[in-house]
Amino acid sequence: MQVIINIGKYFMMLRIIFSRPEKMRIFRYRLMNEIELIGVKSLPIVVLISVFMGGVIALQTAANMTSPILPAYTIGYITRSSTILEFSPTILSLILAGKIGSNIASEIGTMRVTEQIDALETMGINSLTYLVLPKIVAAVLFFPLILVFSIGLSLVGGWLALVSSGLSNTDTYIFGLRSFYQDSDILYALVKSVVFAFVIVTISSFYGYYTKGGALDVGRSSTQAVVISSVVILICNFFLTQMILL
Amino acid sequence: MIEVVNINKSFNGTLVLDNISAKFETGKVNMIIGQSGQGKSVLAKCIVGLHEVDEGSVLYDGRNFSELEGNARRDIRKEIGMLFQGSALFDSMTVEQNIMFPLSMLTNMSKKEMQERADFCLDRVNLSGKNKLLPAECSGGMQKRIAIARAISMKPKYLFCDEPNSGLDPKTSIVIDNLIREITYEYGITTVVITHDMNSVIEIGDNIIFIHQGRNCWSGDRNAIITTDNPAINNFVYASEFMKDIKTVLQGKLK
Repeated sequence: MQVIINIGKYFMMLRIIFSRPEKMRIFRYRLMNEIELIGVKSLPIVVLISVFMGGVIALQTAANMTSPILPAYTIGYITRSSTILEFSPTILSLILAGKIGSNIASEIGTMRVTEQIDALETMGINSLTYLVLPKIVAAVLFFPLILVFSIGLSLVGGWLALVSSGLSNTDTYIFGLRSFYQDSDILYALVKSVVFAFVIVTISSFYGYYTKGGALDVGRSSTQAVVISSVVILICNFFLTQMILL
Repeated sequence: MIEVVNINKSFNGTLVLDNISAKFETGKVNMIIGQSGQGKSVLAKCIVGLHEVDEGSVLYDGRNFSELEGNARRDIRKEIGMLFQGSALFDSMTVEQNIMFPLSMLTNMSKKEMQERADFCLDRVNLSGKNKLLPAECSGGMQKRIAIARAISMKPKYLFCDEPNSGLDPKTSIVIDNLIREITYEYGITTVVITHDMNSVIEIGDNIIFIHQGRNCWSGDRNAIITTDNPAINNFVYASEFMKDIKTVLQGKLK
């Protein structure tokens, strides 16, 4: 029953968020701040994860390519496909759900329990639009850029791993990367990144905004935000794959 | 003037406010007193619209706030200043930014005008020169004064103070009380103070209502609270032997 109530509250929250901001100048200022917090400050972890993820995919693929029938360039092809279709958009989003999601839920949750949100409402300011809308716009704009960045780094990571371990050479790997390429794969990944960005920010904001109690409850909201965002990302991933790829 | 008429409010089936009616007069310090958990803060939050009332209405100078929605309700909220129990200052902003925040969001003032207004408000609460401090760098009493400065920055017609003295030493409490009284008289605003600090009540309370078990149990002025025979209010206000002695002294003064 609580799940249904929460889903209803979530959609009502969305309806309020998408109101016109009080002042566009303030909105733009907050948007820039959020781009820095959500986007730019996530780059170090994106770099680290992407390079190692690409390296591991390439090494595991090479380790399993024991059949002589399979051409050597298959390693590059599989690394590219796995990275674009699944690893960069989904795994990265799950990791960012942990980093960004907990940050958003605890920030808004703390504002709730210290009555800062009540202060905004008493002033006549739409607190949801003021607090959450810039985060949504920042994430939806910046996640696709992070995704493209991550794909590039993963492919570089794969190349470094293969060449340094002597399992393949640069020409064969690049030939594999360029084989059977489809633009729709990138489109699919970009759509996923936008949907996941929306899911992470809105669900985390929801749990933060409706926090009740004190510091312990802020921690609980933060955990719930990460868990529920991750579950919803996986469910959306399944349905998006069915809708776009099949 | 703010008028509440037959307000009822429940949470999960528990009646917290039971048919409360009261008038809060303009240019006076109106106090809501009562024991913890009796519904004082809920009443204040119902009046400012942070909680929706189940029944009854709240009238701001005749405007039925409970029936208004959207922009009409927001327009009245822009006339309200509120001092929260925990000050509710925005942690990430400096003192000055906190005070300028409602101005930047709700008015078309230039940066210079906002700056001047912030300086004036800080000066009014005796915190000139503290513009660049962060709330975390300020003491509890300073935070309350900053919150008052923020609350008056929009020149409100109505000022709400939720337990303004909680967590403050007696001397700082007197400073805050005097500030609230001065601002109320100076700007002719309708001030509503929620408190259980009897020193504040006796010092600055012009009109007092006593909430007991969710009901408006008693109302009167600061002299009436000294002479009343109401057992519920005597049990609350003069619970300690010390306060009973104070009552005797105060009654002697009134005679």
